[in-house]
Amino acid sequence: MNDSDGGLLSSYRVLDLSGEKGFLCGTILGDFGADVVKIEPPGGDPARSIGPFYKDITHPEKSLYWFALNTSKRGITLNIEAPDGREIFKRLVKTADFVIESFAPGYMDSLGLGYPTLERINPGVVMTSVTPFGSTGPYAHYKAPDMVVWAMGGFMSTCGEPSEPPYRVSIPQSYLQGSLHAAMGSMIALYHREVTGEGQRVDTSIQEANFFFTEEAMPVWDLWRYNWQRAGPGASIPRAADIGPLWMRLLWPCKDGYVNIFLVGGAQAGLVRSSAAVVEMANKEGMAENLRGYDWSTHDASQISQEERNKIEEAIIAFLRTKTKQELYQAALEKGIVLAPLNTIKDIVESPQLAAREYFVEVQHPELGDAIAYPGAPVKLSDVPWRMSRRAPLIGEHNGEIYQGELGLTKEELARLKTAQVV
Amino acid sequence: MSKERVFEGVKVAEFAWVAVGPQIGRTLAEHGATVVRIESHRRPDLLRLASPHKDFQPGIDRSAFFAMLNTNKYGISLDISKPEGKGLAKKLIAWADIVTESFSPGTMKALGLDYEEAKKIKPDIIYASTCMQGQYGPHSAHGAYGDQLMALSGFTGLTGRPDGEPGMPPLAYTDFIAPWYLVTAIIGALLRRRKTGKGMYLEQSQYEAGATFLAQGILDYTVNGRVVNCMANRDPNAAPHGAYPCKGEDRWCAIAVFTDEEWAAFREVIGTPEWTKDSRFTTFYGRKQNEDELDRLVTEWTTNYTAEQVMTLMQANGVPAGVVYTIEDVFNDPQMKHREHFVYLEHPVIGRHAYHNEASRFSKTPPDFRKAAPCLGEDNEHVYKEILGLTDDEIADLLVAGVITTDADLPGGGHF
Repeated sequence: MNDSDGGLLSSYRVLDLSGEKGFLCGTILGDFGADVVKIEPPGGDPARSIGPFYKDITHPEKSLYWFALNTSKRGITLNIEAPDGREIFKRLVKTADFVIESFAPGYMDSLGLGYPTLERINPGVVMTSVTPFGSTGPYAHYKAPDMVVWAMGGFMSTCGEPSEPPYRVSIPQSYLQGSLHAAMGSMIALYHREVTGEGQRVDTSIQEANFFFTEEAMPVWDLWRYNWQRAGPGASIPRAADIGPLWMRLLWPCKDGYVNIFLVGGAQAGLVRSSAAVVEMANKEGMAENLRGYDWSTHDASQISQEERNKIEEAIIAFLRTKTKQELYQAALEKGIVLAPLNTIKDIVESPQLAAREYFVEVQHPELGDAIAYPGAPVKLSDVPWRMSRRAPLIGEHNGEIYQGELGLTKEELARLKTAQVV
Repeated sequence: MSKERVFEGVKVAEFAWVAVGPQIGRTLAEHGATVVRIESHRRPDLLRLASPHKDFQPGIDRSAFFAMLNTNKYGISLDISKPEGKGLAKKLIAWADIVTESFSPGTMKALGLDYEEAKKIKPDIIYASTCMQGQYGPHSAHGAYGDQLMALSGFTGLTGRPDGEPGMPPLAYTDFIAPWYLVTAIIGALLRRRKTGKGMYLEQSQYEAGATFLAQGILDYTVNGRVVNCMANRDPNAAPHGAYPCKGEDRWCAIAVFTDEEWAAFREVIGTPEWTKDSRFTTFYGRKQNEDELDRLVTEWTTNYTAEQVMTLMQANGVPAGVVYTIEDVFNDPQMKHREHFVYLEHPVIGRHAYHNEASRFSKTPPDFRKAAPCLGEDNEHVYKEILGLTDDEIADLLVAGVITTDADLPGGGHF
């Protein structure tokens, strides 16, 4: 194995037929070292028309959305609906470890390229499908852009003010969640393949992936039959029916934005110290006097009255409004307060912590004469590199390399396929 | 069709708590790995203290939130800060193929159980550390929870109206990004070890794992200098695009119209009212320009129907739409039922309750949900005897010395 210079997955080949629902899956495997070949329809993937764009120039080779989710892939164009295209795809499957696709359920079967066919060609291949609801079931054919499947994952119902609509995250998340689960599932299947020689089909539902991060809201319904509520900048903490839920603030306004603080106590010593430190800071400046000496170990969110809780929060808000989020974060770092600033993307890119860890990586875009900073490794590895080995592919960039270099097609054959719009 | 478990024979020593670390072990265990979860009554997992507890009664074995993240594991109680406890922890490391830990940075090093020490005991160990901001860096020592990390890593600020208060739910979003990346990498490390005989160290900052999900926004800033703000439910490429109120109390349906075909179908579904022929709304550009008015008009229609009716009518005509599901709705969703998402296991204290299936279905190696989460120390006998080979007398001595912890070692209270 290429252990010295290759990545963790450098001995594996991925054929990536996916559209935007599955982009990140191949990228994860590619950044961990796999040889990912992105297969786009002739003319390029439709997602190349999604912005934002490099310097706001709308152009299929300048979509930052495309760039961000297709690093470490080579790119070829191939019309798998054409008979010749299908045959070429089948030849590529012979040496592939993974095939990733995100077409509507049944589409690959309708082309004669479903898992049973791929398995006959290459019994070890792992075929991973990323679809909004999985490949079968009553909603399997529902159309699902980000917000639709996000809504049906349950999380969105918990986001926003009670008096306003539920909100999604303004940078679409659902396909990324589905793709990440698909990458994990693909690796589980690969491990099985390495032990037994046997490939299989992995069928990932974006809806199910999205449902995971409702975290305790799921068992809260299961045990208590309480539906998690939208509660604006706080939480409506479910409690026994005789006292009812407690609204507790989590996002606190400060001078120039918001900070998130767990201002609680009880049995958790760290939280008791943290909350006491907030009060002490306020007291030093003559504020929150009603909380001087408050015993946070007696604070019990399961029992406290809403009125008492509100008094605590009002006193703290008055103090926090006199401080910037950076002043508060600095104090939190020094005093161990359970507090974080509500960061913008600018704050993230400028984070001293991320800089010290060399998180952002520069990726060369020679045709733009530029290098662009990308978010980096989701996991740092000790003995093998994690790296973005190349920027996202241009349309058909590696047609020559793959079709001539690997499959041995002649120049004339390739020209013929181009004329026939197969590549 | 073979049904063997993928990770049969793979052994994991889990020194993890709260959400991210335990989910790694859980996923491996659901595919057949033997996972021993090391806990202590003296410093219980915070999720054991977190709601929901069975019958609203706090108790160390009563939290279903803890339980749902710890399927299929063997749980032991062991005070690893005591020398004998440390010795047993080292024996478990020697037994294991994989060590996972999710404590504050430096905790395992202070205990003499970090990667360098583990490697001495087991040279080919795969050792994974995950924590909020990574093992090093100026902010690494700052302790907080996933809720704070959601603010730090930008997601909170991207949810809500551009001019409103951030509408962040009290849920730790990045806790449900980080673990799946780490499982992916750990399997890669296992495969590499099969081929090379070498172990490795994996180090994760949950902040960094989370920020990968903002990549397009990060590039918009690093290239164009633009800072993406909340857009409520707007989308630059669609109109109408929003969550619209429907019949009933707090019922909503998401509708997302991107293409001209979808707009034509949408008009038809709502009966082609006059306003849809108004030149302000016939083009995508016009709808974008008049989006507030558009949303008002769409709402006039949606409020006459239930959210389920809106979804069904729209989808039957090729218009993307989905009910904004409450958690209850997800439990009742026909698609989730079809996928058998909810798995019910009998927990010794909580009783029969719901666990997640995975997001993926495996045609040949489905996961196996065989054991509810362990009560604290539930598997002491099995692990200390069968895995570590201790005798009854030795176990008794460790109990007396407080190395194997018991309920008597619990701190008071349980609330926060």
